[in-house]
Amino acid sequence: MVIEQTYFIRGGDFSHAGDASSKVKKLLKQLGVDARKIKNIVIALYEAEVNIVAHAWEGMIRISIEADRISCTLEDKGPGIEDIGQAMVEGYSTASKEVREMGFGAGMGLSNIKRNTDVLEITSEVGVGTKVYMVNYF
Amino acid sequence: MKVSDLIIALNLHLFCGDDGLDNEVSGAYVSDLLSDVMGFAKEGEVWITLQTHQNVLAVASLRDLPAVILVKGLEPDAEMRQHSEREGIPVLGTSMPTFELAGRLYMLLKGME
Ligand SMILES: Nc1ncnc2c1ncn2[C@@H]1O[C@H](COP(=O)(O)OP(=O)(O)OP(=O)(O)O)[C@@H](O)[C@H]1O
Ligand SMILES: [Mg+2]
Repeated sequence: MVIEQTYFIRGGDFSHAGDASSKVKKLLKQLGVDARKIKNIVIALYEAEVNIVAHAWEGMIRISIEADRISCTLEDKGPGIEDIGQAMVEGYSTASKEVREMGFGAGMGLSNIKRNTDVLEITSEVGVGTKVYMVNYF
Repeated sequence: MKVSDLIIALNLHLFCGDDGLDNEVSGAYVSDLLSDVMGFAKEGEVWITLQTHQNVLAVASLRDLPAVILVKGLEPDAEMRQHSEREGIPVLGTSMPTFELAGRLYMLLKGME
């Protein structure tokens, strides 16, 4: 069994932030995936989705569900991340004042992703974009 | 305890999301940072906040939170109301500041009020 889905994400579009994660959550529920696993996946995917909305210009989410795992690839066109190690530090954020006023920009997203995935690979090129690849085993 | 029990016990205002009045409440989480709630709130916890936009509902729904309570007389914006109705997650309100509401809710949930 392989299920594949693709979602398009627009930068700055906070009124739809989380829609893709919500669809994936419903799909995993229908497939009968363990509730604790769904929780981990949803936390990681939402944070990565919102990072595209908050920090990039546009992006694509591709998910692939196999018998024993879900793999999510989030690729965006955006400013990229200069120092990924620094970005991973909890509390580090370059979010704008407007974004912070909405309660984003605590610098916790990437730590949430790290804590809730089995595999996490982030690659980025400044001025071009960022790619986040993550895997959760069921 | 159900959301409707909280409304009565703490005299809360119900703005929207009536479909979720029977949602079960097991505890509460206080935060205005979305990633904090996303990462650390537990299923069944009502969310006490001063954020009044719909991203709050996106997080509440993804994390299976039974309701959101806005403090200090704050009101949900139009998009937050729509999202609340769609998800069946009530948005409640109080004129109390966070400290007072959290204290009273704590006593209520621990059976001290
Ligand atoms: N897709 C991305 N494109 C460009 N920069 C990014 C991207 N994702 C993360 N970053 C950078 O890494 C920083 C830390 O990200 P993280 O998700 O941990 O926190 P945040 O998004 O700033 O706040 P929070 O997630 O708590 O709302 C961001 O502030 C930003 O500088
Ligand atoms: Mg983030």
